[in-house]
Amino acid sequence: MTRALALCAAAAFIAALPVPPAAGQSKPPAVERDATTEEFEKFRAVLEADNPAELFEVKGEELWKTPRGPKNASLAACDLGLGPGVVKGAYVQLPRYFADTGKVMDAERRIVHCMVTLQGFDAAALAKQPFSTETRTPDPVALTTFVAGQSRGMKIAPPQSLPQERAAFALGREIFFYRAGSYDFSCASCHGEDGKRIRTQQLPNLTRPEQAIRGYQGWPGYRMTGGVMHTLQWRLNDCFRQQRFPEPEYLSDSLTALLTYLAVNAKGQVYKGPGIKR
Amino acid sequence: MNRLALLLVAALAPWTIAPPAGADDPRTEAAATLKRDLKPRGITTLDLLVEDGVQAVCNRTDDKPPKELAQRLEQDQLAGIRWPADGKLVGDWKSGERIAQNGRGMTWSDPAGTPGGGSCYNCHRIGPEETSFGSIGPSLLQFGKLRGYGPDMQRYVYGKIYNAKAYNLCSLMPRFGHVGALTEQQIKDLVALLLDPASPVNK
Repeated sequence: MTRALALCAAAAFIAALPVPPAAGQSKPPAVERDATTEEFEKFRAVLEADNPAELFEVKGEELWKTPRGPKNASLAACDLGLGPGVVKGAYVQLPRYFADTGKVMDAERRIVHCMVTLQGFDAAALAKQPFSTETRTPDPVALTTFVAGQSRGMKIAPPQSLPQERAAFALGREIFFYRAGSYDFSCASCHGEDGKRIRTQQLPNLTRPEQAIRGYQGWPGYRMTGGVMHTLQWRLNDCFRQQRFPEPEYLSDSLTALLTYLAVNAKGQVYKGPGIKR
Repeated sequence: MNRLALLLVAALAPWTIAPPAGADDPRTEAAATLKRDLKPRGITTLDLLVEDGVQAVCNRTDDKPPKELAQRLEQDQLAGIRWPADGKLVGDWKSGERIAQNGRGMTWSDPAGTPGGGSCYNCHRIGPEETSFGSIGPSLLQFGKLRGYGPDMQRYVYGKIYNAKAYNLCSLMPRFGHVGALTEQQIKDLVALLLDPASPVNK
């Protein structure tokens, strides 16, 4: 199937969701919704054979290798934790502690750090509009997609040997269970139990290893709703919105801590690479 | 001071409790980190991050508060419910269905001053024809038919939607009336959705 055809098929499928109930008909909906999920999974499988996220991987690789920014430098010297320039396997071994910043950093945060320190980009300018729109994909999104693609098929293995890394995990766990706001929600309100749904959307229990990987899988992801590429920074941002909390600052400690909690919970599971999201 | 008494004090006046000695209390650090990293946007403000008594107790007991404390705090929540002055608790189920369908409200992308919805279908099965429903809460299908339509049941449903924590302190359900997410009329209409014998819920 060509990419255009696959996308058309996907669009048609999405347009058909949710299945409108037939008037006056009462069916056993739980069973039907599971069928819908299965159908979506089939489409995802077809699309992943010709994955739109790969376009962003290619763009990200070009951005990584091209001398850019005020310092006209490439990111070849960027250390993602495995040494300067080592990209292979770095994504699944993040978040981790970096002595040069004294901080635990997740993938996108570290990439932006490299853009600022090596290439001379302005951190505040990058943080201004960090998420993709229909007309614009920010460079850190494409770069993160490239870096993530270089860990395709590898096991999630965030280091927890340093006290700072263990502290980030503990902090992430606390934030995950912290109920507040107008609806008394924590992350765990939706992601703390097995087999729950919001409407038809299946919710992974992110406190358990075999399900925490579902929080990782498919991100960075080409999201069919809106047709844009998003990273986990965006995913967590939108979780906070739905939690009825104020907005988390891009690349902030709270997000790194939550990503550390997620990564450690998903440890040992195989990451399939950038993918497709509903 | 024993643990129960400490919790009670924390619940009744959390602002009077000094943070535990040492900055290594993870929960204190979590609250401080969120306060630093989160920024007000739209209708969401930083004061949302300050736990009220119920949240403080539930956060500190993994949502399993000691029974005695839970009962006392549930009574406090119950006492705070504002019952309709006209004494009528059952509105229009058709309007209730629209409110149950509407998932807007209280996020930073929602406009100020516009009444949102109850997001009810996000978590509950309700009407027989809506197949897109969540499963975090129990099914409410045939609610009135199974439980009765009388004044006590009307009062329970109104109260439960107004403030779920008055009946189950660490319930996952928001306190829609208590926080002003739903108006008195909207709650009446939702009561009707569950308790009007003519509502599809009870067919």
